[in-house]
Amino acid sequence: MSEPMKIRAKMVDGSAHIAVLMIHPMETGQRKDPRSGQAFPAHFIQHVTASVNDKPVLNVQCGPAISKNPMFGFRVKGAKAGDKLVIAWEDNKGEKARSEATIA
Amino acid sequence: MNHLRRLILKGGGAGGVLACALAAGLLRPTRAFAAEWNKAAFESKSLADALKAIGAAGAAESADILIKAPDIAENGAVIPIEVTCRMEGAESIALLAEKNPFPLMAYADLTGGTEGYLNTRFKMGQSSVVKVVVKAGGKQYIAGREIKVTIGGCGG
Repeated sequence: MSEPMKIRAKMVDGSAHIAVLMIHPMETGQRKDPRSGQAFPAHFIQHVTASVNDKPVLNVQCGPAISKNPMFGFRVKGAKAGDKLVIAWEDNKGEKARSEATIA
Repeated sequence: MNHLRRLILKGGGAGGVLACALAAGLLRPTRAFAAEWNKAAFESKSLADALKAIGAAGAAESADILIKAPDIAENGAVIPIEVTCRMEGAESIALLAEKNPFPLMAYADLTGGTEGYLNTRFKMGQSSVVKVVVKAGGKQYIAGREIKVTIGGCGG
C-alpha cells in the first residue's frame, strides 16, 4: 500500500548520518477542493521513530506542516557500520510503514 | 472528467469516514509509540499556546542553536531547514512557525546518542518567524529566524 521509504545511512566522523524519505501526501486538512469547496480531509504522518540495533534513537511527532513526502535527517553518535537501523511511521488514519537498513 | 469525479466522490467518502472516526474517538494515537501524539500542542493556534503546551513557555534565547534555512522561500510547500545545536546533551528539538494555522510543526525526541541535529522540510502559509526550541540538560532554549514566502503552501 504505502511505498517503501528511501533510507541513506552512512558513517561520517564517528557518527551515523541518516536520512530518510517517506512517501506520503501529508494533507493538511486546510486545502480546499476547488470543485466542491470542501476541504480535503487531513491525512498526515504523526509519528516517526528510528532505532539502531533495537535502541530507540529518534521519536518525532509531526504535525501536518511537514512537507509532502517528508524527509528527516539526523545523526547518531556511537553507531557503527553494520548496525541495523529500523525506521517506522504511523499517520493519523492509522496507516503504518516500517523499513530496515544497514548503516554503511 | 470522470477521473476528477471519482476523486471528488472518493474525497467526500473519506471525509465522512473521518468524521465518523472522530465521533467515535478512534483517532487517538496508538499505544505502540512511546510518546503519545501531543494533540493539545499540535492543535494550538497561537505560538504562545503551542510553546506552553510543549512546556517551553519560559525558554531562554540562545545563540547556540544554528538554523539553516533560506531567507526567501519561493515555494512555501517545501522549505528546507537544518537545525544544529552547539550545546551539549540536546534532548529534543521542536519546530514552530509563528503564523501557520497550527504553529507547532514537529517535535523530535533525541535519545540514545542522537546528536542535536535535525534536517527536514516543512510548509508555511505566509512569511513568518520560525522558532526552534531545544531542550538540553532539563532547560529550554529558543532561537528564531524569519523566512519570507512568496507562494504559500498551506491553503489552495
